[in-house]
Amino acid sequence: MGLDVSGDPVLSLNGVCRDFGQVRVLHSVDFALHAGAVHALIGENGAGKSTCMKILGGYLSASDGAVRHNGQDTVFASAQQAESDGVVMIHQEFNLAEQLSVEQNIFLGRELRKGVFLDHAQMRKQTQDLLDRLETRVDPAARVEDISVSDKQMVEIAKALSRNARVLIMDEPTAVLTNREAAVLFRQIERLRADGVAILYTSHKLDEIARLADMITVLRDGRVVAHGAGAEFDEDRMARDMVGRDLTNLYPDHDGPVGQEPVLEVENLTVPGLVEGLSFNLAPGEVLGFAGLVGSGRTEAMEGLMGLRAATGTIRRNGQPVTIRRMSDATQVGLGYLTEDRKGRGLILSQGMRPNLTLLALRKFVRRLIDRRAEEAALDTAITEFDIRAPHRDVAVGNLSGGNQQKLLLAKTMLNAPEIVIIDEPTRGIDIGTKQQIYAFIRTLAEQGRAVIVISSEMAEVIGLADRVVVMRQGRKAGELTRAEISEDSIVRLAMGLDGKDYAA
Amino acid sequence: MTEQTKPRRPRLDLQVLGPIIALAVLIVIGALMNENFLGYGNITNVLSRSAFIGIIAVGMTFVITAGGLDLSVGSMAAFIAGCMILAMNALVPMMGTGWSTIFAGMAIALALGLVAGLANGLLITRARIEAFIVTLGTMGIFRSLVTWLADGGTISLDFTLRGVYRPMYYGGILGVSWPIIVFAVVAIAGEIAMRHTSFGRHCAAIGSNEQVARYSAIPVDRVRAWTYVLLGILVGIATIMYVPRLGSASSSTGVLWELEAIAAVIIGGTMLKGGFGRVWGTVVGVLILGLIDNLLNLTDLVSPYLNGAIQGVIIILAVVLQRQKKAER
Ligand SMILES: Nc1ncnc2c1ncn2[C@@H]1O[C@H](COP(=O)(O)OP(=O)(O)OP(=O)(O)O)[C@@H](O)[C@H]1O
Ligand SMILES: [Mg+2]
Repeated sequence: MGLDVSGDPVLSLNGVCRDFGQVRVLHSVDFALHAGAVHALIGENGAGKSTCMKILGGYLSASDGAVRHNGQDTVFASAQQAESDGVVMIHQEFNLAEQLSVEQNIFLGRELRKGVFLDHAQMRKQTQDLLDRLETRVDPAARVEDISVSDKQMVEIAKALSRNARVLIMDEPTAVLTNREAAVLFRQIERLRADGVAILYTSHKLDEIARLADMITVLRDGRVVAHGAGAEFDEDRMARDMVGRDLTNLYPDHDGPVGQEPVLEVENLTVPGLVEGLSFNLAPGEVLGFAGLVGSGRTEAMEGLMGLRAATGTIRRNGQPVTIRRMSDATQVGLGYLTEDRKGRGLILSQGMRPNLTLLALRKFVRRLIDRRAEEAALDTAITEFDIRAPHRDVAVGNLSGGNQQKLLLAKTMLNAPEIVIIDEPTRGIDIGTKQQIYAFIRTLAEQGRAVIVISSEMAEVIGLADRVVVMRQGRKAGELTRAEISEDSIVRLAMGLDGKDYAA
Repeated sequence: MTEQTKPRRPRLDLQVLGPIIALAVLIVIGALMNENFLGYGNITNVLSRSAFIGIIAVGMTFVITAGGLDLSVGSMAAFIAGCMILAMNALVPMMGTGWSTIFAGMAIALALGLVAGLANGLLITRARIEAFIVTLGTMGIFRSLVTWLADGGTISLDFTLRGVYRPMYYGGILGVSWPIIVFAVVAIAGEIAMRHTSFGRHCAAIGSNEQVARYSAIPVDRVRAWTYVLLGILVGIATIMYVPRLGSASSSTGVLWELEAIAAVIIGGTMLKGGFGRVWGTVVGVLILGLIDNLLNLTDLVSPYLNGAIQGVIIILAVVLQRQKKAER
């Protein structure tokens, strides 16, 4: 830090406003990016961070105000033009052609040629170099469709790096990365900063911001509410400025009673190739955490339990054996599952909030025909109860900010009134204020006597929420920790297999 | 593409208005060019002829909305017509030449439609073969079966039976012919099913994102198979209305019906890639295609041989209009 950011900005927003239809989402926003500095843009879900970034990157136009590039008012006619002027953006959502290979994606639109033919050897070599630099062991010839989510993100980053950007805009690049991958990314960011690249960065992980940012701009409801050097902000101040109030006690107390009789017993759950002999119990009033590294089989186990994947094993509900072959069997016995992939599996992005909300519990709304009035009423309730903030009622769900999509998905799952709620990565890409709301909500569920399973890759979340933790490793249960035993250290030891003990049945 | 029902906001949407405007323009042009155009006889003629495609297109709307496609409907209609006629002829010695034979033929037509649709549906959902390939295959199969049944010629209905059956196409109640009545009933039922039942909602969900549908506890395969069964039954119904018109079936029966039905669906604003369907739009689409055909026959401005070309232009225009809605920048 302590960099000189007093020089002329490379790229800036000056009094920029943006409307979507009747709704103004940016109100006269100003901030500037300087060469060799990391500028962090933070704010709640829906504050307008992505919108600012898209305007800078040429993907959206400003409704009012100016974008200034190297001191001159600029209107990027398209993202291609911005890119050819050295402004490159990594999107919050993936922008990869799923059917093409990693290499083809990286060179998409600017393929290297030798005469009229493509220069495959050269492209292969450059791709390999980029991936090596990112310490990513993905095959350049692999189809993007077949690689993991975090590898996709690394490919996005490689693609941006290959563009030799002078300005690099990154919209939540670490939301789907593991800690190790994030660390690699940070090293690349530091290298680019040293090379004089101007970087705009956003993330809901405030420790990353504290670590990276030379400058910070805080947005709230589309307005800049705070601005200053990175050193002036600690995480508490960031959170306070973002949310507009003091945030104490991120995690709720847990002192509600936990029942004795298990409501769910899972024995020897096996999903071929992914999960081996997983057994656990769940009591009413309990929050059971599932920890483990990415790829340890937690999601697959729950999908197996819910009938979304072929699985074997014994499942008892209130002591009675039940057979679950498809998801409707699971919902029938009071199980609910909230997927980690809210855009791909959770919500229909092209539809509005009402059909999304009622899709799972549609049966409840059918009196011969679908009772639209009842659906609207349910949407009203959901909007209040889950504090869903939408620009307007008929907005396509794809245009909601990430946090509000998550709340809608939660509302959708809860509409079916499950007694056992399985929540996979409850707060991925969610702002800190909303996190607090979701944590409080999870605790309320437990206090109402329901049982909750929380899968999370965020250690703090598992520790803060769970009454008991199951740690998984390579598809098996590596161990189980009770309230008193739960600590970062004990979880990591089990997740990495440092204990040598194996509890798997 | 936002949701179809807006509680308020009377926004003038080109996607909604497009097909209706096109239909209105056609009617005005027609009325100006030929005074008989809006006459009772001509309207009845157009509607009755459109009814077969219309009934099939309503079913096709569900298939396409759920992300599928069915190329086999034209051949299926020919095959069902052939079997139905052969069966009725065979039943004459036993059941006579009355309505009982015809009802038996109708039952056979419906059953065949159901089975054919089920075959398509199961091959697509159980054997996991692309809908395009499956129905391309069954299209060839049905077409060649009917040619074989007819031995390369024509299968004709028993002469007396034909006379009894004829009113099914030419007759009606209160001056409205039976095909029009059946088409109207099917269209209204389809519109209600699409907008106000779980089945319609599920079709749209599956067509938008199959994974989301699966994770919402929707029996994806079953719903998808049902769309083909429904379409098969509707093809059966269309055939029941069609056979009394000519009283025969041959290898050229129902040729290109599949394309007309798909075209009507797309013109009506249903998305070809699935996820959003509009039955009333399909009805408008059917009427547009029927009117163009009729106009070309009534007037000598353009040769009727160019009918196909004009239909093609309209289909392409309809898809261009669908895409107009690209997000503002
Ligand atoms: N195409 C669109 N049409 C209508 N409203 C939109 C559109 N895109 C964004 N919005 C709205 O603009 C606001 C700002 O959205 P934006 O995506 O910039 O938020 P964000 O700060 O990036 O949030 P998150 O942290 O969840 O990613 C939100 O209220 C969102 O619903
Ligand atoms: Mg965003």
